[in-house]
Amino acid sequence: MSDTPLVDVKGLTVEFTGGGKPVRAVGGVDLTLAKGEVLALLGESGSGKTVTMRALMRLLPEKRAKIGGQVRVDGRDVLAMAPDELAAMRGRVISMVFQEPGIALDPVYRLGDQIAEAVMRHEGVSRTQGRARALELFERVRIPSAARRLDNYPHEMSGGMRQRAMIALALSCHPKVLLADEPTTALDATVQIQILLLLRELQRELGLAVVFVTHDIGVAVEIADRIGVMYAGRIVEAGSCSRVVMAPQHPYTQGLLASRAGHVFAKGARLGTIAGSPPDLANPPPGCGFAPRCKVAEAVCAKELPPEFEVERGHVARCVRLAPERVNAAVA
Amino acid sequence: MTLAVDLDDKDRGGPAQPLLSVAGLVKHFPVKKGFGGARSVVRAVDGVAFEVAKRETLGIVGESGCGKSTTARLLMHIIAPDAGDILFDGEKVGTAALELGSYRRQVQMVFQDSHASLNPRLTVEDTVAFGPRVHGFSRNAALGHAHDLLHRVGLEPSRFAGRYPHELSGGQRQRVNIARSLALQPRLLILDEPVSALDKSVEAQVLNLLLDLKDEFGLTYVFISHDLNVVRFMSDRVLVMYLGKIAELGPADTILQNPRHPYTAALLASMPSMDPNNRTQEAPLMGDPPNPIDPPPGCRFHTRCKFAAPICSAKEPPLAQLDAAHGVACLMAIPGSGHPRAPALASEAA
Repeated sequence: MSDTPLVDVKGLTVEFTGGGKPVRAVGGVDLTLAKGEVLALLGESGSGKTVTMRALMRLLPEKRAKIGGQVRVDGRDVLAMAPDELAAMRGRVISMVFQEPGIALDPVYRLGDQIAEAVMRHEGVSRTQGRARALELFERVRIPSAARRLDNYPHEMSGGMRQRAMIALALSCHPKVLLADEPTTALDATVQIQILLLLRELQRELGLAVVFVTHDIGVAVEIADRIGVMYAGRIVEAGSCSRVVMAPQHPYTQGLLASRAGHVFAKGARLGTIAGSPPDLANPPPGCGFAPRCKVAEAVCAKELPPEFEVERGHVARCVRLAPERVNAAVA
Repeated sequence: MTLAVDLDDKDRGGPAQPLLSVAGLVKHFPVKKGFGGARSVVRAVDGVAFEVAKRETLGIVGESGCGKSTTARLLMHIIAPDAGDILFDGEKVGTAALELGSYRRQVQMVFQDSHASLNPRLTVEDTVAFGPRVHGFSRNAALGHAHDLLHRVGLEPSRFAGRYPHELSGGQRQRVNIARSLALQPRLLILDEPVSALDKSVEAQVLNLLLDLKDEFGLTYVFISHDLNVVRFMSDRVLVMYLGKIAELGPADTILQNPRHPYTAALLASMPSMDPNNRTQEAPLMGDPPNPIDPPPGCRFHTRCKFAAPICSAKEPPLAQLDAAHGVACLMAIPGSGHPRAPALASEAA
């Protein structure tokens, strides 16, 4: 059992219909997540990172989103589940922390009751036991004067406290997998680091597997064991956190790192940039999605989708320049 | 290009006179607490004073609720201050010497939300030409000027001039906003989180563009952001705000490499480390920024400060000058302030 991954996604595609042309938000994503592992999906808006994550819980609109490929969570096929099986899985096996707790939490129920309800629903316990569990969780996520805070409505809390409450709710039924969708993006810097440290601590103590979606490389480095860099609906590079940040292989990852304002100190210097803007996924480029913006693109890039090449054990990237025969030729 | 403006014509006080000089700026917003509750005030900006030299970039950083956007709106006179003066090139804004209309031709603003700040029913060229037309240019002259500007911000007029805002990406819309802000040949641009809503790869393009335009048109920037990396990259001097007050003000390199206010230090330490082998181990600050309604007495930061002493809740620190360029509002930096750490720190600075 131990070597079967907790989350196993193969050839995931998501297409949104209902507008004019169908939009292929995710164009073939493979990913695995072991028990107790933290994977960060890093990408810009429209790269498909959030859609990929929502597909793991089947949170996408059933009628408009066409999901292809295979999604297995804890050994079960999520795409084949009946509605009641899905409801039993969500929260119990896999749960989610959203970017905007102010929107994700129900504004008209007290926080303690929202958590108690989830526990009652999944574990069949009494309201009193549910509230007791809520109190325990509030203390766990370090909400000060937890007992009093249980009776708060979401609007009575600050952004950071609301996000802590959201995390408490997500953990209420002992999930194995936690999905976090930009949970710190809406927060101030001094609060963001507190939430990141809290998530890291909870992950370690509870042995959670975490998929963490973010657009901020710095945040990914703080939390992740592995990073998957997404662009135009595909994972273009994946590897251990240190490999991806210290030795990026894909031109997109390299460009992203060079464009960070943090590492240029000379006055009047300019940042490295990636020209242009991300492609329109209603008309995706036929070959490599990044080719139209790539400084080192070749004729073949516009025609064929490059396969994944393994540059080092566990570090893969989709770029033709990394084909073993070319790498070997360059070395020779 | 005809746009290379002879700024020196407008320059009155010479290079040594600050372009913008703000003194004692105060803005309080009245609020009611709950239904029929007591009236209280949000002290959004509470006695802020600073200068911006010609052709420099002043960065303003702080967390939400610190008053940085209110400051921007006050500078632009979108809202009127409760107290305080704004001097533009030596003239007091809103007096006969410098009427509001004339001031606003010389000071323009770029907002964070590139979508909300554009009129959805105007094409890109009409948006940029709008200001000049209001100020009496003919339609053709204004459009020609708009095309030059669009070209300059990297939007080819032949492709983009006739488009509407919803047909553009976020980065392109922000370029339109920048072109519009330059249409009246301003001297000062107030940039309120201009890249916060953009993707990282696009953010770098817009920051580079802003630096190029500043050189080309001899502009002065007030650059507001919550992102210290971006502020460090853009600014000559940095102003750190906390709950409506200035915490620290000084040259960007000094402030970001050797911060003297504990809040500035905490902000810097809160930035994610980029080294996977050396991650942040402890959060520099606990809790959220306090509510600017009824801020704490004394030093407003003392409730979150790890160096806070009893004196800090009683005595409000003034902005003390460590040297001619570097000011900090912390009792630890003021000799004889009564803070146990004060003398040692003061001798270190001397």
